[in-house]
Amino acid sequence: MPLFKSSRVIETQIDEFLDTVAEGGLVFRQGVVAYLEGNQTEFDARLRTIDSLERRADKLSREVEAHLYTHSLIPEHRGDVLGLLENTDSILDTAKASLSQFSVEQPVIPDDLRQGFMSVAAASCEAVEALIISARAFFRNVDAVKDSLFKVHHFEKEADQVSDTLKRQIFASDLELAHKIQLRYFAINVETVSDRAEDVANRLAISAIKRQI
Amino acid sequence: MSFLFLLSSGLFLGWSLGANDAANVFGTAVGSRMVRFRTAALICGVFIVMGATWGGGGTARTLGRLGEVNALGGAFTVALAAALATFWMTRLKIPVSTSQSIVGAIIGWNFYTARATDSSVLGTIVLTWVACPVVSGLLAVGLYLVCRWWLQRTRIHLLSLDQYTRGGLLVAGAFGSYSLGANNIPNVVSVFVADNPFSGLTVGGLAFSGDQILFFLGGLAIAVGVFTYSERVMTTVGSGVFRLAPIPALLVVLAHSLTLFLFSSQKLENLLASLGLPTIPLVPVSSSQAVIGAILGIGLIKGRRNINTDVLAKIGAGWVATPVLAGVLAYFLLFFVENVFGQRVDLP
Repeated sequence: MPLFKSSRVIETQIDEFLDTVAEGGLVFRQGVVAYLEGNQTEFDARLRTIDSLERRADKLSREVEAHLYTHSLIPEHRGDVLGLLENTDSILDTAKASLSQFSVEQPVIPDDLRQGFMSVAAASCEAVEALIISARAFFRNVDAVKDSLFKVHHFEKEADQVSDTLKRQIFASDLELAHKIQLRYFAINVETVSDRAEDVANRLAISAIKRQI
Repeated sequence: MSFLFLLSSGLFLGWSLGANDAANVFGTAVGSRMVRFRTAALICGVFIVMGATWGGGGTARTLGRLGEVNALGGAFTVALAAALATFWMTRLKIPVSTSQSIVGAIIGWNFYTARATDSSVLGTIVLTWVACPVVSGLLAVGLYLVCRWWLQRTRIHLLSLDQYTRGGLLVAGAFGSYSLGANNIPNVVSVFVADNPFSGLTVGGLAFSGDQILFFLGGLAIAVGVFTYSERVMTTVGSGVFRLAPIPALLVVLAHSLTLFLFSSQKLENLLASLGLPTIPLVPVSSSQAVIGAILGIGLIKGRRNINTDVLAKIGAGWVATPVLAGVLAYFLLFFVENVFGQRVDLP
């Protein structure tokens, strides 16, 4: 049946898209760690990887959108699914932009602040992973969506707290004011990835309620 | 020719039945854009005609036992009164049924011609009307629970589930159309059975009785109603009053179709009788009220406590007001047709 075949193709594309975003979250974390450890070659490699992942996610998202409209699939949930893909894609955009800023500005991060940055990146990455689990559940097992959504909120809150502590540490240090402001900006940048994940989680919670029969 | 002319009131009733009740079967599917209107109308029309031709005998007999309108002028007037009552109640936005208006109109004919109405047949019909939304609601609850359990176990992808739902809506719609044709065709043409001029016919090895030809014509009138006027009603049902997600919509259509099938299947009646079980009365019921019963059933099982009492009141009003209105209209129209137009409305 051609119609069933086209829905199988889209199912695979959606799975690939979610894989890509999940991988992007991990690569983002590895990139931040590589930068903090001063491993420029490794950092550049991660930046290139996240760039290609972001382009791949864009392409997949566009293909899914075109398929859904061409074959008039899931009219009831089309808006929710397209919104989910678009917003999930923006997580990858944010992660890539954050790594790019490290590459452009090359901020100098004192040793005593490194652990703080690593912790914010780790919490952001965990929030993205939990979100991807929820997004997969939305398509196959809608009752399980809320089970991992609370983890997204948990890790977003953790990223907030760690980032807040880091910013206090930055401004309590003896660094130049311009340097402090630059580091605060990077703390916010790394934390923003978890904020994007929470935005998607909020939409997903509503979409999941609509999907319950 | 004069038969066909006088049959026009029945065909008009059939047309309005098709225009209104097709939405009960395909309304949500079309309104939510899961199924295209042309596809829905084609399936609906074909299966209504099939149901009317091959499944309409049982319920027609019940109406015949209530009152056998034996003159063509009487049949014309009774069908016209039923059509006008249906039209009027629809204007008042009461979920009306041609089943209720034709029963009222037949009783009006009984009164006018001073014939006794069989109270046991009338009692069975009225009880069936009350049972119809209840049975439909119970079936919807059962189907909902099974479906929810199945979906939790199978974890089908949203996209595949969408395809299954689309297919299900088409199959349930075809079944619902067949049941609608079988259950409601007597409303349209049963009063003409006594004066039916058609004799048997064999087409391509298929033998049709005279009644089946009459039912076929009535079925065609319903199908024309579906093609010409039901799109507007379907769009309203799909996006307005009864806004349902596709899966609950599928369950509502299934429950409605099963209910109509239960109240019209002679095979099921024979099977139950052969097993020594009590049979289900074959009575034309209201398709709209079956749908409302199913929606209420699903609403209740989902924990909605705010059941709209207005809707229930309107159903109750329909049970009483529609037949009374149709009966009174029939009585007065029979008087005019007999005395002003000089048509015979009753044969001794």
